[in-house]
Amino acid sequence: MEHGVCICVCISTSCHTCKSYKSARTQKQMRKSSSIRPLQTRPVSLTLKIVPFRLAHGTTTLGFIFQGGVIAAADTRASAGGLVACPAVHKITPIHSHLVVTSSGSGADCMLWERILIREIRLYQLRHGHRLSIRATAKLLSSMLHPFKGTEMCVALTLCGWDNGPKLIYVCSDGARLQGDVFSVGSGSPYAYGVLDRELRWSLSKGEAISLAREAVFRATHRDAYSGNNVDLFHITAQGWSQRKREDLKEEYYRDKEKKGKKKNDKLK
Amino acid sequence: MEYLIGIQGPDFVLVAADNVAASSIIQMKHDYDKMFKLSEKILLLCVGEAGDTVQFAEYIQKNVQLYKMRNGYELSPAAAANFTRKNLADYLRSRTPYHVNLLLAGYDDTDGPGLYYMDYLSSLAKAPFAAHGYGAYLTLSILDRYYRPDLSRDEAVDLLKKCGEELNKRFILNLPSFTVRLIDKEGIHDLEKLTLGTK
Repeated sequence: MEHGVCICVCISTSCHTCKSYKSARTQKQMRKSSSIRPLQTRPVSLTLKIVPFRLAHGTTTLGFIFQGGVIAAADTRASAGGLVACPAVHKITPIHSHLVVTSSGSGADCMLWERILIREIRLYQLRHGHRLSIRATAKLLSSMLHPFKGTEMCVALTLCGWDNGPKLIYVCSDGARLQGDVFSVGSGSPYAYGVLDRELRWSLSKGEAISLAREAVFRATHRDAYSGNNVDLFHITAQGWSQRKREDLKEEYYRDKEKKGKKKNDKLK
Repeated sequence: MEYLIGIQGPDFVLVAADNVAASSIIQMKHDYDKMFKLSEKILLLCVGEAGDTVQFAEYIQKNVQLYKMRNGYELSPAAAANFTRKNLADYLRSRTPYHVNLLLAGYDDTDGPGLYYMDYLSSLAKAPFAAHGYGAYLTLSILDRYYRPDLSRDEAVDLLKKCGEELNKRFILNLPSFTVRLIDKEGIHDLEKLTLGTK
């Protein structure tokens, strides 16, 4: 079932979490049979119908592990169909001092689930006196999302953090939960993978890793219409997460153009 | 997209699964393990819809372990297969069916090796060899042609390699490597990963 590439306003169809975690699928069945339908304004992009595979939401986010910790990077564009709803969104949210989560999918759903996750992790910490491990956090999140499988809710989160070593786990509302060394999520992810797969190595220095992440997001935003504007970069180590100043990709574009121009001139000489 | 294969010998079962975890057109992981250890001599291979596979397989895994804790001995492969099938059947006509295709392979000390084929409609069949996925269309005939009930372990691995080579040659999707495991009276053994180069 195709979703609009959107950060759509959270309409009543997905606000079950306030009440309980009862299976939203059963509620959906009940709603279908009733004659009164809630007003649904799900923006549908025309390009979705032409593309042969299901597009995964207007975003480029990525995360990877290297010798110096974990890098998380994301663009900052929120699209609603063909409109740039907001050019300066935060797609990377810190959960606690050693865990950030990158979000992709429906913006409203992601914001909600990030808040719920922060709450649950904090409650666990208060109740048990120690922080929940990142693998357990991912499993908890996956279990909380399970009742909504099959509904229109769409979240694809990458947990990037540190507990006894760097961890990177992808959790999706479809039910997937994968631990790995590099993940990129969103409509711009194939382009980002193209850059990352070529140059990613364990032995990168911090500076190289950050510029690789920036380059991957830049190339993805260049080609993908639904990603763009700025890039957010987070670096997570054993000491916690640190955020770099948000960078405008326009500058990156001109820097890249200049570099190519210089190369051309060097060749001509 | 995903591929599972099982071959039963006179005193062992050989199973293999591909290592790709995909999301639409992207390979998210190249080293994903699709086998779940239910007990010392039973493996459950599980493919299908994204979250359903892990949820269902872990549910079965924990219940099999619970049986051992409560009763002091492990479920036999036949019992585990029927238990799995019953659960799949119960959920099939509920509001939340599990869309998973399974192979259950095990060694029973009294009955010997067993390979059980289950699909998402909860049909169950004990078979000498079985495969799941689009790759099955290409490899079942190879298994029909070359399988004998008295295969040795090396011959079974060679048969598995033949299947892998056929997939590499004719299947449009790239399945670069397969996890291979063997179950016999000693338990579950990890064999060398089957990796196939370019055609």
